[in-house]
Amino acid sequence: MLDQGEPEVQKFDVEPVNAAHVRQPLYAARQKVFPKRASGSFRRFKWIVMAITLGIYYLTPWLRWDRGPFAPSQAVLIDLQHRRFYFLFVEIWPQEFIYVAGLLVMAGVGLFLITSTVGRAWCGYTCPQTVWVDLFLVVERAVEGDRNARIKLDQAPWSGRKLMLRTVKHGLWLLIAAATGGAWIFYFADAPTLLRQLFSGNAPAVAYITIGVLTATTYTFGGMMREQVCTYMCPWPRIQAAMLDENSLTVTYNDWRGEPRSRHAKKAIAAGQKVGDCVDCNACVAVCPMGIDIRDGQQLECITCALCIDACDAVMDKTGRERGLISYATLSDYNTNMAIATGGGAHPVDPGLVRRADGSFSDRLAHFHLRKIFRPRTFIYFGAWSLVGLVMLYSLLTRERLEINVLHDRNPQYVLLSDGSIRNGYTVKLLNMLPEQRTFKLALGGLDGASMTIVGYDSEEGRSFAVPVEPDRLLTLKVYVKQDVADVKPGSTDFRFEVHDMGGSESGAYRATFNAPEGSK
Amino acid sequence: MSDKQVDKLGGVETTGHVWDGIRELNNPLPRWWLWTFYATILWAIGYTVLYPAWPLVTHATRGVFGFSSRADLRTSLDDATRAQARYVDAIRSRSLADIEADNELRPFAIAAGAAAFKVNCSQCHGSGAQGGNGYPNLNDDDWLWGGDLSSIYQTISHGIRYEADADTRQSEMPAFRDVLKPDQIKAVASYVVSLSGTPRNPELAVKGKPVFEQNCAACHGPEGRGGRQVGAPNLADAIWLYGPGEEAVERQVESPRHGVMPAWQVRLGDTTVKELTVFVHSLGGGE
Repeated sequence: MLDQGEPEVQKFDVEPVNAAHVRQPLYAARQKVFPKRASGSFRRFKWIVMAITLGIYYLTPWLRWDRGPFAPSQAVLIDLQHRRFYFLFVEIWPQEFIYVAGLLVMAGVGLFLITSTVGRAWCGYTCPQTVWVDLFLVVERAVEGDRNARIKLDQAPWSGRKLMLRTVKHGLWLLIAAATGGAWIFYFADAPTLLRQLFSGNAPAVAYITIGVLTATTYTFGGMMREQVCTYMCPWPRIQAAMLDENSLTVTYNDWRGEPRSRHAKKAIAAGQKVGDCVDCNACVAVCPMGIDIRDGQQLECITCALCIDACDAVMDKTGRERGLISYATLSDYNTNMAIATGGGAHPVDPGLVRRADGSFSDRLAHFHLRKIFRPRTFIYFGAWSLVGLVMLYSLLTRERLEINVLHDRNPQYVLLSDGSIRNGYTVKLLNMLPEQRTFKLALGGLDGASMTIVGYDSEEGRSFAVPVEPDRLLTLKVYVKQDVADVKPGSTDFRFEVHDMGGSESGAYRATFNAPEGSK
Repeated sequence: MSDKQVDKLGGVETTGHVWDGIRELNNPLPRWWLWTFYATILWAIGYTVLYPAWPLVTHATRGVFGFSSRADLRTSLDDATRAQARYVDAIRSRSLADIEADNELRPFAIAAGAAAFKVNCSQCHGSGAQGGNGYPNLNDDDWLWGGDLSSIYQTISHGIRYEADADTRQSEMPAFRDVLKPDQIKAVASYVVSLSGTPRNPELAVKGKPVFEQNCAACHGPEGRGGRQVGAPNLADAIWLYGPGEEAVERQVESPRHGVMPAWQVRLGDTTVKELTVFVHSLGGGE
């Protein structure tokens, strides 16, 4: 099957720095990884993902959203000072933080779902660490050149040129890092105002401190630590083992067609040896940002960025072999194919067994099929994910924007008045959670013979009051409820404070207690 | 202990400690850990130089920054005083009615009054101003000396039966033990109870009426509704300063007890007394 002559494939002299046989002890100094630039469909996809994720991150705070004169006009705003969170048409008060918790639960279950189907796609494509390291590598390549040039520069003694290149690189990195921290703070204040303050030196100290801290972490994680963050700091690689199963797609080296690998296939064939598709060019190792050799099999460090697939596909194209020596494959398919190639484990891989006489692949080979995505595990994950989502959505769409809280006076529990009637004091809090002025009607529900007065509202005693509440505000009222001597029941009596929006349909009620002496009447 | 070996797998020396055949490796500390540790030591040295740290005989070292939590507190208190000055000045210069009508001043005065009340008044009147036997409840609508702003202000300023203050409110109920016969006392007590409820012996109450008119009506009024000029309690309502019922009234008729309240104007100053007035007036029974 190898008869088109010795193809021109560049061979790389590269050792994986993180392979099992050379694994570093934890306290050893980091060995540098110099990922070579890859190109191909996965690389293109990663560029697109990078553009989208960075775009979302940098542009979101600048989106405007008209909420009227009593609320900020920033589409996404975490207003810590006033304890409000704005997300497009949603405004969340601190007591509604459950929605954020629900989003986090959805993010978690969503991560399980994605991982159980396409492996660590989060790590390989969308994780901020991956995206920013990719961005930092773009800068590094632009300034210092690709892999070989960088290695050479790294080993070269210090010179004017090296100093210049290094300064430019680190300068650009710091600039990106500062822009990263700089974008973060805009989520917490009105972006245009804060930008002006930032450059005129009038922004709050916490803004500068946040930028400083995030600049430092971005620079350190994206420029200095890179793959070490994923390998040593991140918990997800440890958890993923529980999320993956034999039907999850992972980046796989198909040694059932690749082995025995040989750099000199022609000579080996001539010598009567069996030769697989792998030409041992190490292109997959050279492009790996994690410094591993995918041919060692699945390993903790692999973030499944799929750049080795791009690198290998290019080599396969060049040598005229089928693409997919390294590919997204499931463990079950891999095991089936491996069993074919090794005769069920009886002997080492014989690549001839997976091909027909004409050199094409045997029909017995297993291939990934879309239906493998639909299995109990993914149904359960998807079910849990959508259940949480639907419950949150329903609750969000039907939530009240009017709330009432009542606190009974602790001391005294009741007051005996001179005509024998009993008075109780309450602190009533009315929440107008809409950014518009509203008038609420506060009324007593139940409790015969009772009337109330509100401190500061000079009006007659009555069973209901119209109370104007400022937009997006909480109003605290001191309310005295008096029950006529003829109606007083000993002990405590339940009744309700009822409130409804006089200009709308919202209403609320709070169950309160009216206390009288045990022996009264 | 000197059984040191080199672990074959990791090439690391063992400490020589063995537990049940398990040997302890003598791995060095992780670098990042070590550097963090050194950094904390440096931090600690810097801290002890810059901030008060080392205890000496009479005081501790003051530190280069001259920081002191006591001075910090002083500054915070001064800041608070300055922040309150606007309200305090307004309360000092404006009338009680003005203060109560002002939506900014009223909450401030009530909060300040509540704080002063907790410190100075709650010992007798209770932390909720609910009073007790012999100590008036300030939440209700029954006032011995009047429940409008100026009456409350007068009471707090000069006290009640407080000898040291010339303007104090003064009154005394005579002890009728020496004036009335025991059965007259029983009768008049029964009559007083009948003013607001049902006495145990209605016939006795009828007998008590003339006794009341002769001896008590001068201060408590012909209908027993009390007299605020002399602080005479209203006997026709549901509230009993020294307890309800015939026995309590008899005791009070035989040998009356009188409450004493200190004058607060001199001790607390006019502003605080004004705040206390607004606070008491806001408790629900203000007139």
